[in-house]
Amino acid sequence: MQQEISFVEIAVIGGGPAGLCAALEAANAGARVVLLDRQDRLGGQLVKQTHRFFGSRSHRASERGINIAAELTGQVISHPLIEALTGATVFGFYEDGVLGVEQEGKVFYLKPSRVIVATGASEKTLAFPNNDLPGIYGAGAVQTLVNVYGILPGKRVLMVGAGNIGVIVTYQLLQAGMDVAAIVEAAPRIGAYWVHAAKVRRAGVPIHTSHTIKRAYGGREVEGAVIWQLDEQGQPVPGTEKDFAVDTICLSVGLSPLVELLAQAGCRLAYVPQLGGHVPFRDANLQTTVPGVYVAGDAAGVEEASAAMMEGALAGLHAAYSLGYSQTGYEARRAELQHQLDSLRSGPVGEKIRTGLTRVLVE
Amino acid sequence: MRIEQHPVLEFRRGKKIKFTFDGKEYEGYEGETIAAALHAAGIRVMRESPVLHRPRGLFCAIGNCSSCLMTVNGEPNVRICVEKLRPGMVVESQKGKGVIYAAGN
Repeated sequence: MQQEISFVEIAVIGGGPAGLCAALEAANAGARVVLLDRQDRLGGQLVKQTHRFFGSRSHRASERGINIAAELTGQVISHPLIEALTGATVFGFYEDGVLGVEQEGKVFYLKPSRVIVATGASEKTLAFPNNDLPGIYGAGAVQTLVNVYGILPGKRVLMVGAGNIGVIVTYQLLQAGMDVAAIVEAAPRIGAYWVHAAKVRRAGVPIHTSHTIKRAYGGREVEGAVIWQLDEQGQPVPGTEKDFAVDTICLSVGLSPLVELLAQAGCRLAYVPQLGGHVPFRDANLQTTVPGVYVAGDAAGVEEASAAMMEGALAGLHAAYSLGYSQTGYEARRAELQHQLDSLRSGPVGEKIRTGLTRVLVE
Repeated sequence: MRIEQHPVLEFRRGKKIKFTFDGKEYEGYEGETIAAALHAAGIRVMRESPVLHRPRGLFCAIGNCSSCLMTVNGEPNVRICVEKLRPGMVVESQKGKGVIYAAGN
């Protein structure tokens, strides 16, 4: 069967914070961009972030993710050089650089000169007995149900994980009217920013540090959970069990980068725990070991949306520059974006990311 | 359960539509996913695992994990967390791995 292949300048896969910024930066430089997202709306996971962001003004601090998503999506859709395709799943990255795309049951092929992979990440789970019972969700899943669709998954929830996502989602569940039994955190201290943790503590939610979930129980759905304490070696201490009658358990135990397309493209990957899992080697312009293939956002290493936006912009800028666009303003713009990204990762909060990046950043 | 009052968000729901789940009629809204409509009706068990027949529900809600596969209008393995609800949809709990081309079909 004969198949037509469309030639395009830059394809961006994924319309979350990284992909939207990559598309805008490249198009503003003058390149023609096709942006593909498998969901039927752009914005990625920003569409459920109702809290205000941190950082400085240039990182969009104090703005809510939902508003950033709406603003960036509006710019992308109205940009004359960007063609945004939603409900479009990229199912294959072939060795000749061709992308296979499915949209509404139809398949077509693209041959881009540059590809920016901004596919994001997926939620991790945790091993404990009955962790497969209905009523046990990733924290992000519950955030989608509650903040996008306005539906509560149950009445009373146990949150596992006191990092930023766990604590922020806890607060959002309280706002939405759910009862939160407790937050459980295996580490000896709370990982989230204190301002978020203080909010849930003021609301009366106990945070059990050095505790983990022992098991969930229930018939066809969750009816409760037992937690227990961990000693200094991280071993559970028998006799310290606490029982919570809950119909919902949220797991907020990290994310894994979605790198399947990068693996198909032949990019060299490495397992870097600090970045969430397998991630591609990349240079400062986010170009992988396959020339012309870039990565940005959580697919490059799990980090915050603000960093994803900066990485997307850097990748988009370089992809356009390498095609001959924006030859005059390039150096200044690149330095500005790099400076913003570096300042975002400075200080003790960014230490884990900085350590992880040393493993995969190449000249 | 549907949220009616929220301090930050306003939920603009689409037109009311009817669908069936395991033979019984339910109502949902245009624009929401099948998973959202089922959760609003308090239904959290979506299928049975193929080997041990354990109940399975939603896990990631964004189309990554395949925990929520159901049979929709006769087609098995539909990720109902990203599939939009449409009027008259026939949604069924999935048992086993799902068969697309059975003999006689």
